[in-house]
Amino acid sequence: MVGDLFDLFLNSIFAGNILLAYFLGMCSFVAISKNINTAIGLGFAVVFVLGITTPINWLMYHYLLAPGALTWAGLSGMDLSFLKFILFIAVIAAVVQAIEMVIDRFSSALYAALGVFLPLISVNCAILGASLFMVERNQSFIESIVYGFGSGIGWMMAIVTMAAIRIKLRYADAPYGLAGYGLTMIVTGLMAMAFMLFSGMTV
Amino acid sequence: MKLSKNKSFKAIVRPFWESNPIHIQMLGICSALAVTVQMKTALVMALSMTFVVSTSSLVVSLIRKWIPANIRIIVELAIVSTLVIIIDEFLRAFFYDISKQLSVFVGLIITNCIVLGRTEAFALSNPPHLAWLDGVGNGFGYGFVLILVSFFREFLGSGKVFGIQVIPKSIYVAGYEDSGFMLLAPAAFIIIGLLVWLQKSVSARKD
Repeated sequence: MVGDLFDLFLNSIFAGNILLAYFLGMCSFVAISKNINTAIGLGFAVVFVLGITTPINWLMYHYLLAPGALTWAGLSGMDLSFLKFILFIAVIAAVVQAIEMVIDRFSSALYAALGVFLPLISVNCAILGASLFMVERNQSFIESIVYGFGSGIGWMMAIVTMAAIRIKLRYADAPYGLAGYGLTMIVTGLMAMAFMLFSGMTV
Repeated sequence: MKLSKNKSFKAIVRPFWESNPIHIQMLGICSALAVTVQMKTALVMALSMTFVVSTSSLVVSLIRKWIPANIRIIVELAIVSTLVIIIDEFLRAFFYDISKQLSVFVGLIITNCIVLGRTEAFALSNPPHLAWLDGVGNGFGYGFVLILVSFFREFLGSGKVFGIQVIPKSIYVAGYEDSGFMLLAPAAFIIIGLLVWLQKSVSARKD
């Protein structure tokens, strides 16, 4: 049981990396990976938000939307699962807003570090993607927590590594058309290959 | 009036190559690449995307005078998610196999930067017909890149185009092998990188 969860954790970080294997969260990955400190800040914000929203969306889905989920309210024949997109995006936006208010109130240091990134995150596809994958893969509640955090850590590793590589790339003498975005994509491809080597790893 | 000066013509054509959403604006890559293993799924994704981005631009543009500025993002998201639900239910009803293959990526059109970007940047300040054309143009531009990438991946990865075997048996007998690498995720990143290189070099020469 614990071994399975650990496998899921490792898989969501490496072989099933949400960015490098499923292409989620590319927009902010490309835009923010120019600087290591901002990459770390955004990375932590993503871990935080993914780790919280995925389990909340699990509860929302299994107690409100899934076929037969409304049995507790006496509506056993209801299937509202088609509403999942709209509900998930609303939950994510609300949670991000709430987190922002809470850390603003209790920790100004953390707010200074993460504050600017939080609004950006509501439209990060990785957050919505993790929730949708959680539904599609029929995960249990515990699995959704592990998967949320694992995916966040995987995304953070990818963006921080990319930021470190891009600092070195600044001194590379690339051809005009390749410099910048093209090179970033190719390096991401090479990184994805490296991460894929971990597939099939079990404990 | 020359056709190329026409405002409607510009709205639909400009996104295609000059400011193609994937190449230059660098947006919307998110959900684009995971569906490019086969041309069929890429085509369906491109059509769904065109539908969502054009219709949402149209609707937002129609009600732009009544949307309060401070809650406009929520309004836009609600419109986009509704359209995505429609397209998802439609695919599930009529193209079940493809909808299984597209899995979560249809839903991820909601967070696609192109959709929100176009409604924010264009539809909010332009009349409905231009907004709709701009949406169609952006959707086609996005679809063009998707289909291009999926063409290379399917052709080199399994020797097929739209699921039809195009590399003849005799070549396989002579020792040719499909590149399994093309079917994996890293290949998509590398193809996009090369396409950007090509496009940037070509447009640099034109200037």
